[in-house]
Amino acid sequence: MSAGFQSRRAPWLLRVYAFLVYAFLYFPIIVLVVYSFNGSGVGGFPPAHWTIDWYRQLFTDSALWDAVLNSVMVAAVAVAIALGLGLPAALALDRTDFPGKALFRRLVLLPLILPGIITGLSLLMLFVAVGMKLSLVTITLGHGTALISVATTEIFAGLQKLERAQEEASLDLGANHWRTFWRVTLPNLRVSLIAAALLIFTLSLDEIAVSFFLIGRENTLPLEIWSRLRRGITPEINAISTLILIFSIGMILLWYRLRTRLQHAEESAAPLVPAAIQGESA
Amino acid sequence: MYSRAYKTAVTIPPLLWVTVFLFVPYAILFCYSFWSVSSAQVILHNWNLQNYLQLVHNPIYLQVLFRSMRIAASVTVLALLLGYPLAYYLSFHAAKRKDLLYQLVIIPLWASYLVRGYAWKTILGSDGVLNGFLQYLHITHRPVEFFLYSPFAVIITLTHIYTPFTLLPIYASLEHIPRNLVEASHDLGASPWSTFRRVILPLSLPGVLAGATFAFVLTLGDFLAPLLVGGPSGIMISNVVVSLFGAAYNWPLGAAISFCMMLLVVTLLFITERLEKRLAVS
Amino acid sequence: MTEAATRASASGGAAATATPILSIRQVIKRFGQRPVLRGITLDVASGEFLTILGESGSGKTTLLRLIAGFEDLDSGEIWMGAERLDRIPAHRRQVNTVFQSYAIFPHLSVFDNVAYGLRAKNTAPTEIPERVTKALAMVKMGEFAQAAPAKLSGGQQQRVALARALVNRPRVLLLDEPLSALDANLRRQMQVELKSLQREVGITFIFVTHDQEEAMALSDRVALLRAGLLEQVAPPREIYGEPATAYAAQFIGQTNLLRAEVRDGIATAGSIVWRTFGANGAATYSLRPECIRVVAESESASPRSPDVTIPRFRGRIRNQSCGGAMDLIEIDCGAPSTIRARIPSPGILTGEREFEFTANDAVRVREGEPE
Repeated sequence: MSAGFQSRRAPWLLRVYAFLVYAFLYFPIIVLVVYSFNGSGVGGFPPAHWTIDWYRQLFTDSALWDAVLNSVMVAAVAVAIALGLGLPAALALDRTDFPGKALFRRLVLLPLILPGIITGLSLLMLFVAVGMKLSLVTITLGHGTALISVATTEIFAGLQKLERAQEEASLDLGANHWRTFWRVTLPNLRVSLIAAALLIFTLSLDEIAVSFFLIGRENTLPLEIWSRLRRGITPEINAISTLILIFSIGMILLWYRLRTRLQHAEESAAPLVPAAIQGESA
Repeated sequence: MYSRAYKTAVTIPPLLWVTVFLFVPYAILFCYSFWSVSSAQVILHNWNLQNYLQLVHNPIYLQVLFRSMRIAASVTVLALLLGYPLAYYLSFHAAKRKDLLYQLVIIPLWASYLVRGYAWKTILGSDGVLNGFLQYLHITHRPVEFFLYSPFAVIITLTHIYTPFTLLPIYASLEHIPRNLVEASHDLGASPWSTFRRVILPLSLPGVLAGATFAFVLTLGDFLAPLLVGGPSGIMISNVVVSLFGAAYNWPLGAAISFCMMLLVVTLLFITERLEKRLAVS
Repeated sequence: MTEAATRASASGGAAATATPILSIRQVIKRFGQRPVLRGITLDVASGEFLTILGESGSGKTTLLRLIAGFEDLDSGEIWMGAERLDRIPAHRRQVNTVFQSYAIFPHLSVFDNVAYGLRAKNTAPTEIPERVTKALAMVKMGEFAQAAPAKLSGGQQQRVALARALVNRPRVLLLDEPLSALDANLRRQMQVELKSLQREVGITFIFVTHDQEEAMALSDRVALLRAGLLEQVAPPREIYGEPATAYAAQFIGQTNLLRAEVRDGIATAGSIVWRTFGANGAATYSLRPECIRVVAESESASPRSPDVTIPRFRGRIRNQSCGGAMDLIEIDCGAPSTIRARIPSPGILTGEREFEFTANDAVRVREGEPE
């Protein structure tokens, strides 16, 4: 990639346009945050007096915090399920061949592209059919299932970057498959696993489509916000939304940093490890 | 190299889970679409095609479906119009700030859907920020009604949500274009616009196709945005399904619609996958 | 040297008199429909430095991986001593590998890398530090025990890989093109070190490479692999001086291939006539360029009767270039291809000159696919 071409000034029209697109993407977010400090409510213009009353109200709102706790628990277990099944799934896709593998791959990745309500509805029908009552458990099962695809994709990408010869070297030196998996494969997948966990946790916290149908008596945070919305919009919702935004932005940035670190590690090792030599069958 | 025990251990757990929690539920959904509900609100397992016939004959459903597809098409076009130039700017002109600008794109992507939908609700309402702003500037003297609770609102909101989804695949395919092709084009005397039209655009088509597919499919299946900002005139097909599983209590019909949606999505994906392979130049 | 002797060496019998440490019998390996190894039979002697030499695609790395246990063979057997090796899973074979990409564990220090195999086999913790230190010292990486692999150069990583393999005292050490990523000087240095290392530890080395110079420099025996079959297995001098086939003659060093008609002990290729042994009919001969000498002009002027033990032929100088100690001369003598000669300090040769060689230097070779 020639640096000379890159640093060429973009036509001013393009620059302005790019800026406007960013503005469009961030405008609602900024409005939301600004109005969470607005004394005179959610709408109108311009925002009047500055206050943190809405945040103060938040902290005494026990129903909301119950929902937050529920969401965190669900998300944590969902991460466990998604990683616990996504890791073998990624390994299976990377290393094995069996009849129906293509079907398996599509099935695993389907929830990613299918509208969430279809997955949610189908699971609802399953639980009804087996007579299981709807609760946080059913929501957790739903999240875990839907997010296996995210885990599989992330871990699979990490597996592609893993040098196969390292596992062969481990076997060669006398370690059996189990030991090789713990001592060589997993440490090399560490960054992918953490990145996947972050992403799944964040997605689970925000999940609505699947949760909508699997909800029992206890609410997750998005559903709690949703039920309040139906009663009317209040700046308190702006406040909690702002907090959610800050949290998820933090997680996303962390995830991104991990991802790029993984890429850079691979690139900087290149001069040390002979390139284009792996997997040469001669 | 991998023993049978290894391959079995790695394949069976995710296969089992996916069968129980994805394949079986979808199968149940499929079965439901052939049943019907009695006036006593009991599900009758009388296998028939009534639900599907109703979909075809009853104009309401087709109307909603077409409206959904129009909305999806609008969102797709807008997302492309917004996403492509920004992706182009990022890939070809961002240089030093590329990393930062890229992060600025993915933040809205993963930041809570509900939060962003809610933000638009507060902006577009008759007491909302937009109306307040327009009145403040004396551009209007009364609140403009059609901003909120209309297909317009749904389109704006979903464009906002899905533009990053569209941008990323386009960006990826633009990044893949070897820069020396562009330099060669300039060397041969083509203007920047001509180079774009004849070299960059064709080579970026796989990414455009992928991005457009994401936007279209995800919008088509969306049910939250219509509920938040759509109002009665902004109902989309997924909302029909939701109500059939809720107040309108007709699970079999809902299942039939869901199954049709599934078929539509899978077919679309299949077609675009084929197209992408044809368009892709390695 | 007769043709019969060269044929005998094809089954690798020449060097192994004691029980071979590794016995490969009729091994066949396919990838899908594509046959990669088409029936390899080879005995490896204990303590020898054997090189498997071949182009890319010849199957040499596949053969190595079969011995290591990373692939399963489709038919045939591999024996180590009295044990059937191919039935044993990779991690239990007494074989260690030095990988082409080194495959150093990036998340472990150099020490932990080298100790890895010892720990995997539950070696007594008290024994480990001593053995690791000795192994590192053997490859001259003693000071790097606590280093992180990412900070090491390619050559250093390779030494660590070597130490990591050797510390386990394997019965056979497999090396998969370990020097191919090093620059020329480092490569030559490592060749010398590897050779002396092998003599020092006395372990059987099986070395894979596509570089014939490397193979010749290092090995006790060279096994030339071509398209999944063994072309010839012999010590370097033998494979150079008595190549069994045209392919072997051309792959290792340079040669001239003379296609001749043999009648009653005389071979005729165009204007070149020499004495030979073997059956009548068409035959191909390999004549190394350095075996050709230029006849002094004075001698050339006075004719002598043709001597089939020191045949002479005339040819026009087509090209002469300096090749260091010897000049490379291209001679046009009416044969389909030019004859190449390597002659030390011939002075500038022009026009038409006479050349000679010793008849015995023309080695009869087999042409065509390996059988």
